Amino acid sequence: MRAWQKKRYLQLEVRNMNIVVCIKQVPEVGDAELEINRDGTDILREDLEFEINEWDNYAVEEAVRLKEVNGGKVTVVTLGDEDSEDVLRHALAMGADEAIQIEEEGFEGSDGLSIAKALYRVLKDLSFDLVMTGVQSSDDGMGQVGVYLAGMLDLPYATLVIKIEKKEDGIIVNRELEANTQERLEMTLPAVLTIQTGINTPRYVSIMGIQKVRKVAINEVSAEDLGLDSEDIGSEGSIFSSLHFSMPQLGEGAEMLTGSIEKMSEQAAGIIRDKGGMS
Amino acid sequence: MDEILVLAEHRQGELREISFEMLSLANRIGKEESSGVTAVVLGDPALPFAEEIKGACDRVLFMDDPELANYNAEPYLNVIEQIIRERNPGLIILGHTASGMDLAPALALRVGIALATDCLEVNMKEGGLSVLRQVYGGKINSELIFKPSERYMITLRPGCFKAEREQAKSAEMVSMQPPAWGELNVRRFLDFLEAELGDVDITAADILVSIGRGIGKVENIPIVQEFADAIGATLSCSRPVADQEWLPKSRQVGTSGKTVKPKVYIALGISGAFQHQAGMKNADTIIAVNTDPKAPIFQTAHYGIVADMMQVVPALKEIFTRA
Repeated sequence: MRAWQKKRYLQLEVRNMNIVVCIKQVPEVGDAELEINRDGTDILREDLEFEINEWDNYAVEEAVRLKEVNGGKVTVVTLGDEDSEDVLRHALAMGADEAIQIEEEGFEGSDGLSIAKALYRVLKDLSFDLVMTGVQSSDDGMGQVGVYLAGMLDLPYATLVIKIEKKEDGIIVNRELEANTQERLEMTLPAVLTIQTGINTPRYVSIMGIQKVRKVAINEVSAEDLGLDSEDIGSEGSIFSSLHFSMPQLGEGAEMLTGSIEKMSEQAAGIIRDKGGMS
Repeated sequence: MDEILVLAEHRQGELREISFEMLSLANRIGKEESSGVTAVVLGDPALPFAEEIKGACDRVLFMDDPELANYNAEPYLNVIEQIIRERNPGLIILGHTASGMDLAPALALRVGIALATDCLEVNMKEGGLSVLRQVYGGKINSELIFKPSERYMITLRPGCFKAEREQAKSAEMVSMQPPAWGELNVRRFLDFLEAELGDVDITAADILVSIGRGIGKVENIPIVQEFADAIGATLSCSRPVADQEWLPKSRQVGTSGKTVKPKVYIALGISGAFQHQAGMKNADTIIAVNTDPKAPIFQTAHYGIVADMMQVVPALKEIFTRA
């Protein structure tokens, strides 16, 4: 952490900040060519790499920095299949203290509301000053779960948070708006914040780091443990009756340049000279 | 469905374009379903915005109160919840914007309405409302059909519908009384922070060389800068590069950054998230370089090269420095 960054975190004088961060495992699709399954209900996942949702990574980093300065503990929660243990280990390696995994069974086809219900049932029995989620997930991108969770917990919330500062009896957060503008809000604690990318620079997690936390116990809970049955969650509990994926219809699109790198670059250079008004 | 409700948006004294985009969608569905289109305008004062919007809907409900001067979840939720409970609209439309993203899920939960966010298209179908969304960073389209319901709520992605300010309508103007607020302390709006002035104004450049996630590492930036210098271009970027602090935020192109319209925009290693495209799609000529042939940027670009930008940049630099 750089000095000016540390100063910001030191302003939080509440001691022992307990923070819960809700995280999700998602496929890494930035460089991947995606394909859709036969009935159009999902993408083909076999060849994809999985990672912590980018927004959630920033949220974990922010929580760990607050803890490092103020004391307290960070608990991470995820809902997913057994492989999603990886994102919990990732968060533990970043500095989270405890991890809870809600088993996926029964949640297949859930909408955001059902996910929030499950998280709510876990969180209502925990003691915390802040709850954080990412603004949205890179897969579905609905951006609902954090705000639903705040409503269920009946707590104040703010979305798109790009800065957190301590005030005497609460916090001041900056929300990112459009056109390079932010707004500042004053809020009481406890509160729920959805974290925007760029709020910090998340630390790098090495394989060694993951190794060090491999024996930390993960608390597993099932839908049944949480008192949720099929009417509440999964496709039965969903507000949607159907989902159909398709590849975006390609319009005319770009004129693709072809040939060797040198040849394509020569063509591009010609276009730049011509259209850029360079003689 | 009797009524479609649209929450108009304004900020810092200006009605935002998304308000008219939402009304364009609402008017189309309203025509198909024989539903009235009602705009809700909350502000301090709200009347000027209500006047501005009345040519594009059937009814404007407006409410003036200091608590409503700037968007804030708490008072806005109270007021809109009340309006929905009283009027029972069949469809509620908010913008997928900084305020709509903040408000919609809370409102949906409170009133018990099914919500789909960030919709590009919305259609009333026999079995229920159908919405088109994009998932996986815009690489996949997703059509969702709601289970049949009395009421639906959606947030509309900006830029998907034309903002038609005049629809040859003259709305009935309905002034509403603000409620007794009670305690409003858990979240208070303080102020707006204006953008920091950057070292250069990317909106003034004729040619922008713009880098995205494909740059890979910060050490790769100097060679791109050398290429930009060679053609007299300014360096800009997409969100991931600014998030990493590899370039200052003032160089970011997109919804939360700046909107640019250069003669030539060279997008290097930028996949083209909708938020980025919203900031550069009006450039005269767009050249995109990306490893993924299906990257959304190639839909907006005029010329495309499927390759690693770090192979193309040295070749381009070579051409322009040797010339």
